[in-house]
Amino acid sequence: MLDQPFASDLPATGTAAAVVRFAGDSGDGIQTLGSEFTKSSALAGHGFMTFPDFPAEIRAPAGTTFGVSAFQIQIGGDAVKTHGDTVDVLVALNPAALKTNLPSLRPGGLLLIDTDAFNKRGLEKAGYETNPLEDGSLDDYRVEAIEISRLTREAALADGRAEAGVTKKDADKARNFWALGLVYWMFEQDRSATAAWLGTKFGKRPEIAAANVAALDAGHTYGDVTDMAPPTRLRTLAAAQPKPGTYKTLTGIDGIVLGLTAASALSGLRLHYCSYPITPASAILHGLAKLEGEGVATFQAEDEIAAATAAIGASFAGGLGVTGTSGPGMALKAEALGLAAAAELPLIVVDVQRAGPSTGMPTKVEQADLNMALKGRHGEAPLPVFAAAGPGDSFDTVLEAARVATTFMTPVILLSDAYTANAAEPWRLPDVDAMADIAINRDIDPEGFHPFRRDQDTLARAWAVPGMPGLAHRLGGIERSAGSGHISYDPDNHQEMTDLRAAKLDRIRDFLPAAKIETGDDAGRVLVVGWGSTRGVLKSTVEELNAEGHAVGHMHLRNLSPLPRGLEETFGLFDSIVVAELNSGQLLDELRARFPHIPFRGLNKVTGQPFTVAEIDAALREDF
Amino acid sequence: MNVMNPDIVAPEADTTTPLTARDFTSDQEVRWCPGCGDYAILKAVRATLADVGRRPEDVVFVSGIGCAARFPYYLASYGFHTIHGRAPAVATGVKMANPDLDVWVVGGDGDFLSIGGNHLMHALRRNVDLNLLMPNNAVYGLTKGQYSPASATGMRSPSSPGGSVEAPVNAAMLALGAGARFVARSADTLQDHLPGVLKAAHANRGTSFVEILQNCVVFNDGAFDAVKDKATGAERTIRVEHGKPLIFGANADKGIHVDWATGTARVVPVGDGAAADEVTVHDQTNLALATILARMEGPDLPVALGVVYHAPGASFTDLREDDPTRTMDRAGLSRLLSAGKTWTVS
Ligand SMILES: Cc1ncc(C[n+]2csc(CCOP(=O)(O)OP(=O)(O)O)c2C)c(N)n1
Ligand code: SF4
Ligand SMILES: [Mg+2]
Repeated sequence: MLDQPFASDLPATGTAAAVVRFAGDSGDGIQTLGSEFTKSSALAGHGFMTFPDFPAEIRAPAGTTFGVSAFQIQIGGDAVKTHGDTVDVLVALNPAALKTNLPSLRPGGLLLIDTDAFNKRGLEKAGYETNPLEDGSLDDYRVEAIEISRLTREAALADGRAEAGVTKKDADKARNFWALGLVYWMFEQDRSATAAWLGTKFGKRPEIAAANVAALDAGHTYGDVTDMAPPTRLRTLAAAQPKPGTYKTLTGIDGIVLGLTAASALSGLRLHYCSYPITPASAILHGLAKLEGEGVATFQAEDEIAAATAAIGASFAGGLGVTGTSGPGMALKAEALGLAAAAELPLIVVDVQRAGPSTGMPTKVEQADLNMALKGRHGEAPLPVFAAAGPGDSFDTVLEAARVATTFMTPVILLSDAYTANAAEPWRLPDVDAMADIAINRDIDPEGFHPFRRDQDTLARAWAVPGMPGLAHRLGGIERSAGSGHISYDPDNHQEMTDLRAAKLDRIRDFLPAAKIETGDDAGRVLVVGWGSTRGVLKSTVEELNAEGHAVGHMHLRNLSPLPRGLEETFGLFDSIVVAELNSGQLLDELRARFPHIPFRGLNKVTGQPFTVAEIDAALREDF
Repeated sequence: MNVMNPDIVAPEADTTTPLTARDFTSDQEVRWCPGCGDYAILKAVRATLADVGRRPEDVVFVSGIGCAARFPYYLASYGFHTIHGRAPAVATGVKMANPDLDVWVVGGDGDFLSIGGNHLMHALRRNVDLNLLMPNNAVYGLTKGQYSPASATGMRSPSSPGGSVEAPVNAAMLALGAGARFVARSADTLQDHLPGVLKAAHANRGTSFVEILQNCVVFNDGAFDAVKDKATGAERTIRVEHGKPLIFGANADKGIHVDWATGTARVVPVGDGAAADEVTVHDQTNLALATILARMEGPDLPVALGVVYHAPGASFTDLREDDPTRTMDRAGLSRLLSAGKTWTVS
């Protein structure tokens, strides 16, 4: 099928962008390919968004469909805000990867296949009764079926490398880099960054590094020397036109790690990150543990309850206490959050949501912990809840959470999710000198000091910490007398304290920015409201609809509690309002309860997969 | 940024006048039942704090929930009355944030051994520099008298009207099993004994676990009378001291002989006619001996009081490589942000 023209394969509409998906066995190094291709795309000046899609099992049996790991990336110009609905180039390293990933490939899309893996055993394991390379089932695609394993071996073992100790097994492990080399050729990308990375990665075994580089080069050369139709349009991808500055690739986890570290640097408070391993939140612990020795403390607690309470202890003693987890761990922290709310201590609680309930689908995305974050506590303990809308936004949202936690003396819940956590995008480094301090007030006059005397603007109590003379006091979960903080069972006092805890949220609302339309029209037919990781897909869809002349707007809520000022006014400017979220309607319920006269409509999906542009597009058109 | 206002003059810490128990007494009315053993423990704790001489602002009492856990309110130090069972974890966070603080944790047998058993085990294993005080009344006091993990088998209570069928946990054994490096036992009313044990616990730089037999007058009255009573106590308990022979009895006429081959103890007569070398000498660094002593629960063997085990070792915060006073600054942040692969758009 090599004779099919490729130049016209990409859809003519939209901005020039391409979607590549690498798929193979968990042991095939697919995520490595993805991150290398991401890096090279970034260095080539493309905008991008990535979507690693891997199983929860560390190494499921090789060759099975449930052991397939995939990585998708969209590259192109500034307009790239999602990882792409449909795939233009699919690399399938084995039959199982083909079987599970083919549905994402658009008709006419390029399919790169290692024919050596399509043997009887491989086909059987994937559950194929006939060989798809022969039965005509791939006729709708442009198939590049290449003996990648054989060609990799030839390249890897040549030039005396076999003699230098490179085995056939080593050579076989390099076949993912052969495929990457060919993909680099298709997109005219420089492979030197990957070659350099291989050199470092196999620093102790230079012959293995050389074998992998040889495979990478061989894949690239294959494109040149064979009559492979040059994928012209891919070669003329739009380059991004980003703001001047220094950039790096950032995942949502990186955004949280750097954001927490920045919060520490800007506040002068030592960071204490306390956590118990859980997918996908563990990566925050790993990222911060690397910074031990640079003024960051991490604590791997015995469980999530200990993680939350140790963080509370660290805050009580004057540090920046932070605890992070995913859904099931969040449930365990619930009682501790009640204590932090009662004691009015600053604390940041990160929940990287995943598909639930229970173990659910640990590596898959869902936004279904919103109800728990908003309401999952005993007694009335309203807390700020913020959601990060993407990798870069994770950094900013963490800083906002830290500012609110310390300014108002309250725990803040920060929601991320399995999609944002692992997705990567280009991120312009912020100017550290221009970032405002997070002011911590430790000027506390011992004369007349009471732990629950409040600042009249913020309603924050004074944060006196152990070691400060003249300010020794007792905090506790038993209701505290407004002001003195002594134990109080007085009915009126409990009413007053309950009201004060709620009023604090109102003060936080005043402090935070008002609601605004993020993309598209400020008034018109349809407003789509989202929160968290759906921002990219909502924005892309609305931009496309605007380009077609439809009066559509997009509002993305970072602050879910307290909800921003000015919501009702903005809602009033649209004929219909669609609330899009990856759950069965949790924000929708919240908005309906708050604004009963506004007819909201839900757009919901709970499959463990992110929205596609097509899904949003179809839903919004219903209201035109 | 910790900007200090020059107009506010923090009181100079007075380090010259000796502290008294009054300096550690808060203005809060103590709310235990009249006759509760916790009063005596509070008294011993205040005296010990004055004796060891850390400034009240440098002392932190953390507690869980229960009658015993009300301790922090009654001490004029910093205090944090937290949630049921989790005090060791909270205290670990306090100690991480400021290792210079003198951190104490108080909780009942339910707090430490039941809901908080996990945190107890891990604090001990990590050897966090905390003093854990466990008033053990072998009952859930605050929730009105249900049997606890420390209650004797057969105890009748609102939740075990037919008598509990569960075997009680031996707290000292549990602590030793978890890797504790300081395990001691005393009792509320033994005011000639408890302060010394508390002082030794404080001196240990690591987790010190002190079980304090405590009388709950309302729900388990007299549970430890045989042990504490002036008349019977001398026969039913043994006060162990490092380097001294294990001798007890009102007339100091009995000793403990450990048979190392079988790992068992038995009572041997001391004095006229008895061979002196039969009595084992207490070595608080010997884990095998500590285990034998901790296991002695009567009726044929006396209950061991005092420091059963003390094998000093580096504490959690001492072992952590990071300088606990260091905080990331803007320069460090700039370096971190620009680390790794970056590219520039001009
Ligand atoms: C999560 C939770 N579960 C249950 C309780 C109820 N509760 C309070 S104290 C207590 C037991 C107290 O027993 P113990 O720790 O032995 O202390 P004591 O009152 O005997 O001193 C229980 C079950 C609680 N406060 N929190
Ligand atoms: S119930 Fe028992 S333990 Fe609690 S205060 Fe009363 S006597 Fe003390
Ligand atoms: Mg008890």
